[in-house]
This record gives sequence, C-alpha cells and structure tokens, in this order.
Amino acid sequence: MIDFAGLTVAPSQTWGAVRLVPLLRAEPITDLRLHQRAYDPDELSIVEVGPRTAYVAYVPHAFVADWTADGTPAAAYGTQLHDPAAKAAPDRVGLRFHRRMNRREDRRRLRFLPLHLAMEGYLGLQFGGPSIAWQEWTHRAVTRGLSPRVEASYRGAAVAGLEDALRIFEIHPDQCGMLLYVADALAAAFVLPHPADYRALHSSLVQDFYGELIFQYAHLYPAVPDFLVRLDEDRVTSLADLRGQLARTLKDWSDFHDSALAGGLLAGPDLAFTRIRRMGRFTLSRFVPAFDPDGENHIGETITDQRGRLAYLKTFRLSAAQTRRGYLLAKLAAHDWNLDATAAALGTDRQNLKLRLDGAGFGHLLRPGR
Amino acid sequence: MSASQRVACEDVVMFVNAAIASSAQREFRQSAGEQRMSLGFLHEYVLGNYRELYAATLALDVNHLNAAWIVTNLLRTASAAGPRERALEGRLIAARLRTLPPQRVYAAFRELRRLGVNNRRTRAIMRDWVTARPDPAFDAVKYRRSLSVAARHAHLALPGEVGTALFDWRTPKRYDTPILESWRRAHYEARSLYDLPYTVAEGLAVRHGIDRARFLAGIAPRLTDHERLRLQSSAARHGAATVAMDLASAPLTRLAVYVLSLPRPERAERRAELTEALRTAARRAAGNRFGTWGRVVAVLDDSYSSAGSAAKRRRPLAVALATHYLLEALATSYTGLWLNHSGDPLTVHPVGVTALGERLVDGLELRPDRLVIVSDGWDNAPAGLAAEVLRVWRTALDPGERTSIVHLNPVYDSDSFDVRRLGGDVATVGVRDAEDVAALVELARFATGRAGFDELRAHLSDRVGRFLHASEAAR
Repeated sequence: MIDFAGLTVAPSQTWGAVRLVPLLRAEPITDLRLHQRAYDPDELSIVEVGPRTAYVAYVPHAFVADWTADGTPAAAYGTQLHDPAAKAAPDRVGLRFHRRMNRREDRRRLRFLPLHLAMEGYLGLQFGGPSIAWQEWTHRAVTRGLSPRVEASYRGAAVAGLEDALRIFEIHPDQCGMLLYVADALAAAFVLPHPADYRALHSSLVQDFYGELIFQYAHLYPAVPDFLVRLDEDRVTSLADLRGQLARTLKDWSDFHDSALAGGLLAGPDLAFTRIRRMGRFTLSRFVPAFDPDGENHIGETITDQRGRLAYLKTFRLSAAQTRRGYLLAKLAAHDWNLDATAAALGTDRQNLKLRLDGAGFGHLLRPGR
Repeated sequence: MSASQRVACEDVVMFVNAAIASSAQREFRQSAGEQRMSLGFLHEYVLGNYRELYAATLALDVNHLNAAWIVTNLLRTASAAGPRERALEGRLIAARLRTLPPQRVYAAFRELRRLGVNNRRTRAIMRDWVTARPDPAFDAVKYRRSLSVAARHAHLALPGEVGTALFDWRTPKRYDTPILESWRRAHYEARSLYDLPYTVAEGLAVRHGIDRARFLAGIAPRLTDHERLRLQSSAARHGAATVAMDLASAPLTRLAVYVLSLPRPERAERRAELTEALRTAARRAAGNRFGTWGRVVAVLDDSYSSAGSAAKRRRPLAVALATHYLLEALATSYTGLWLNHSGDPLTVHPVGVTALGERLVDGLELRPDRLVIVSDGWDNAPAGLAAEVLRVWRTALDPGERTSIVHLNPVYDSDSFDVRRLGGDVATVGVRDAEDVAALVELARFATGRAGFDELRAHLSDRVGRFLHASEAAR
C-alpha cells in the first residue's frame, strides 16, 4: 500500500496530452539525500554546501558517474542506499560509450540509462519456470526457465510532447515529487526526499522509460483539458470569503486527484512488496501489483522510513499485454504450473489456456501437440 | 455595436497586441518558427480586411520588426489602395521609417528587393529616406552591403566618393572623405580602425590580430549607446575601463535586461548604484506623468516561464522589473507584489509557479485605484483561478469599478494569435518596453470590447494625426 502522507498535491500543469501533478513536502527529509556524486557541480543553485549531520545517501538506478578508479563511467545497478562516509562505490555496471557520448559525459551532467530496477522485479517473476515437470512443458522450459525474458518499452524522449512538457514545467520551490499523466492515464510516479534532489533529477524523467500505452496515448490524444476553477460569486461578500473559496478549491482539487486520477495507484489492489535492503531508519523495497487485467498495474521501488512514510518512489506502468503476461505467470505459479488446474481457476478450458499462453508470447514453453 | 464591428474591433486589438509584443523570436513555450508563422498570418489577415487600420498601427508603439513588416506589406500591395489612401500611407511610411533604426530600414529595403517590388513610389520612398540620412559616407561603411542593395534597387544617385566606395573601392589611391579614407587604411593598418563604427572595426580587428581588451579600450569613444550597454559585462571582464557608462542614461527596459543579466551576488553588491540608475531611468520614462496615478498595486510575474528563451533571455522578467520601477515613479503610493520573490526586487529570479489568483487577492486587499498585472498569462496554480478571482471581484465586490485593472502581457501566444488573456473582463494588452506602459493603458479600454469600433477608429486617427504632426514638425 502506497501512502502519500506528508505530501501535498499541488494543482496540475498541462501541455498537450501531458499532465504533470507536483507533489510538495512541507517538511523535507534531510537524513536521506541523493549521493553527493549525483549533483551536477556546474549547477550551483542546487548544491547546498552546509554541514550535513548523519544521513543516508541513495543512488538512483542507472545514474551514470565515473565511480571507477580509472575514471571510466559506470551506471549504478539498481537504486541503492549508501553510507555517505564509506569509500566503496555502489554496485555498478561498467559502460562503454561511443566517443561522442563520452564527451557529453565529460560535461558531468546527470545521466541515466533508460532502465529500471523494478523492471528487474517484473522480469524475474516466475523466472525459474515450471516447478513440476508436467509433460506439457518443454524440456527447455523446465531446465532453463523463462530465459531469455524480454520486455520492450519506450524512452521518454520518444513520447510525443513529454520533453516539452517537462522543459516548460514550473517547479515549486518545495516540490519533492511528480505524478506524470499522459491523456490522464497515470504514467509514472516519482517521489524524492528533498526539493534539491528533485531539482537535480527533474530532467531524468525524460530519460526514463514508459510503457506502450503511454507512447500510444501521447500520439492519439491531442490535449487534455485544464480543470478550470469555478468560484461561487453569490457566496462572496468580502475578500475574506474569496480567500476561503480559494482554499476550498485547492482542497477540492487534491481530493479529486487522490480519488479519481491517482486512484489506480493509491487505492488500487494489493501490491506485493519485497524488502531489498535496510539502512538506518530507511528500507528499500520493490513492489509488483496483483496483475489485475482490468485495472492499472504499476511496478516500482520505494524507500520508506521506520514509520512507513514514503521517502522515495519510482513507478512504471505496465501495458495491458505486460499485465496479461504477469497475470498468467502468477496464476500458473499459484497452481504449480498445472494446466488443467490453472484453466479451471481462470474459468476456461485447457485448449483455451494454451491459446492464451501462445498469445501472450509463452507458446515456446509448451510442447507442440499435447 | 453590431457583431461585425465587434469582430473588427477584436481583430484590430489582437493585431496591435501581437505587433507590440511579438518579435518572431523563440519564446519560453513556442519556437521561433511558430511565432513567425502565426504573426505572418495575422499581418496578412489584417492587411486584407482592414487595410486602413493596418496602416494606422504604424503610429502606435509597434515594435521595430512589425513596423518594418507593415511597411513592406503596404508597399507590396499598394495597388489595392486608392490614391487618397496611398497618400496617407506614404506619409505614415515615411514618418515611421524616420523613427526606425537604420539597419531595420535597410533590411526592409532588402526584403523589397527580394520580393521584386520596384515601382516609382517605392523608389521615391527609398530615395527620400536615403537622402535624409545625415552622412551617406558613414552608411557606406557601416551598412555597406545594404546601401549598395538599396542603391541598385532604387537607382540612387550617390554623392561623390560614396558610389566609388561601394562598387569599386580598391581603385582610388586615397579618398577625400575622412571616414572612407579611414576605412580604406584600416584594411592595411591597425591604427585607423579606431575611427570606424564598432561593428565594422570588430571584424577588421580580428584580421589584424588585435586582442579584445586593447580593441575595446580603443573603440570605446565610437560605441553607440546600445553597443556600450551591451558590452558592459564583457568590458569589465577584459578590464577595459573606458567602456564604462552612466547606467542611468540607458532606456529603462534595456537597463532592466542588463541588471538581470548580472549574477545575483553582484546585483546585491552594487545595489545602491543599480537601484539609483533604474529609478532615474524610470523617472525619465514617466516624464510629466510623474506621481499622477494615485494608489497603484502591481502583481508581477517572476515564475519560471518569465526566464524567456535563449533568444529573449529573461525578457518577461525584465519587463516586470522595469514596470515595477516605472509604476513607482508614476504612482503616489505604490506596492509591488511578486509571485514568489520577496525583499529587494533587484535580486528577483525566475523560479516557481504562476499562482496569480492568490496574489491578486493580496493586491486587491490593499484597495488600490489601479491594479496592474504583468504576466505571460499562463496562470497554472491552479489554472484559471486568476480569471475567476477577477470575475468575482468585478461582479460581487467591486461592481462600481473603483479599481481599474489592466493586464500587460510581454509574451505573444502564437496558438491563439493574441497575447494570452486572464479573462473576458480584464483588458489585456501586449507590452514590449515598459516605457510605453502609460500609452498602452490608454489602449486597454478597447481590449475589453466595451469601447466601440468608431471609438477605436477615432482613437487611431487621432494617434495618426499626432504621430504625423510630430514627425513632420521634427523634419
């Protein structure tokens, strides 16, 4: 269950089909901060050179920096919690760039690979394959599992209008997060502990990746409407009344947003959390949804404090096909990969289930003719 | 007022707003191409439907780009006008060309050549303008290519050595005109180039390998006012003290652009000097209207979008800052409210959202005689709140209109072919230079649709009369 306690929803800003909803934090979290290396030294406005007392550093997934001793770039592998005093670099993947990309790296701008830790969690789902070697499954499926498991997605830059929308978005001074909608479908949620971290990572949203649904919606829908405010002039007799109405409209918007727009993420079906790491009072976990084919399905990663309050959140919305695949795998696993039992649970027959598996791209796991 | 008259009124006001605010450059939200195409369409539309009013806008404070476009378009389609209109248009064009900077006029001439507009009237206009230039030899050096294009296009008879310098400059061993002789010598000796205009000398200095600091120190006496202001930071970096100027002599908006180009710590350090310069420039711009506006409150937009674009860096913010100082001079008591900034306006910085609604309530609480809003109109926290606040204020709290409200918008929105409005009840006018604010406020009553088409026509013909009178008296 994701809880936005401590975060305030501010009015949205729209550009074409993209709606950006800022999340504000009245009290920023100061003892969990972005790793020092993730700050761009050229951007003085976001580097706060103050004495920081004990804090935990985090490194967002796929953040590129020259972590290695010889100065070659490497990307952080998965979001990580880190002791800022420790010399050791985070777990990383070495990168080889073309000459041109390397030069860009020299400018020491923030860079991310379009990858996502939570995707790992999704891809790894039932990765081992059938647990019992029923005769319907091929030898390969039983011995090697689902490997290689591949999913496709789109880079933010390929989503029409997203780059412009992020460029012209006006960041609140105390903004700590963003909910990104395309044609009013929640595409991604992004929450950070501190406004300075947000300023540093705002542009990374365009380097992130998005599902097929978002890519298509961005092309199909020209524009989303603004939710225009309506004040009731009959109830206003003084400026104090007017102020009261302003406060009420903000409250209305925030209620409407939480229930209608973000409902799929906040009030959606149960998410299955896996704890990855705990450091200090913070816990890093990743989650997968219940794979409900009729609803929204988000995978993601969170960092929460000891009271379960959200410090860091990053989600990815699965497309309908991806949800179907996750759903089928989850159902198969629940019935020990027995086709008849699974078919019965899905309310269908064996032949139909085979067709569905084939349609979902798992046909190669089944022995032909059985 | 009939529907067609209302439409006509709206169209003309829309065009005037666009012609004042847009320079067909990239804006925060739109590209240069979008701006140019949208503005070009508006020109064609107004020229085709309201030719007389289109010509009359030359008498208003439209910006240089649009003035040049209007002149070109009028000359291009002269056959559509009758002899009487043509006579008036001719006077307006001549008067406007006299107030335009020479490079703009030459650019218009080049455009006329590109379009193949070459008739007796056009040639006469070009000839009259070129002969009225104070020093043709100077133009032959500074606007060399442009003058030669104009001379060829309009068959101009150029005086003395000017023609030779344009078309056959290597032949004479020496020139008798001092500036032409300096220009000839500057090709061979470095010393002579300090007698030339800055833009010409700059290229020759590179050819002679003169370093920038020495060049700036040497060329300082030849700089124009705008060049000098533009070079302030660069000269300070190179240690060329002779380029330094009295900032108070610069026009208000340009000064504000310069102030905002400085890093904030430097602004804080030079606070007294910069504030004094801005106040002096504002007092000069206010002129005899100084202290006549009563109680004024301004709501000034310093949201992130006021950062402008790479082509117009911090322009919307600079207009807001300049307006702040101008209103301070115009009003008897003045309060400026920034959306996000607090404290000294000198260190204002484009950051944060455009929450106009709340600030408007803050401003209205002070019960001013006039409320001035300077914003690009993208009210987004939440969208449309400012319009609602103003509507409720008008209908429920101030039906007698004791407070006059005007919205000045420095950004042309190419999608809606107008500057972005805050709501139907409030007059929105485009603004480019804060110095024109007083005149723009006059125009504002036409923007709400309450004043009729005849009034607009009368206002324009009055402005045309004054403009022509002033221009022809100064000749």
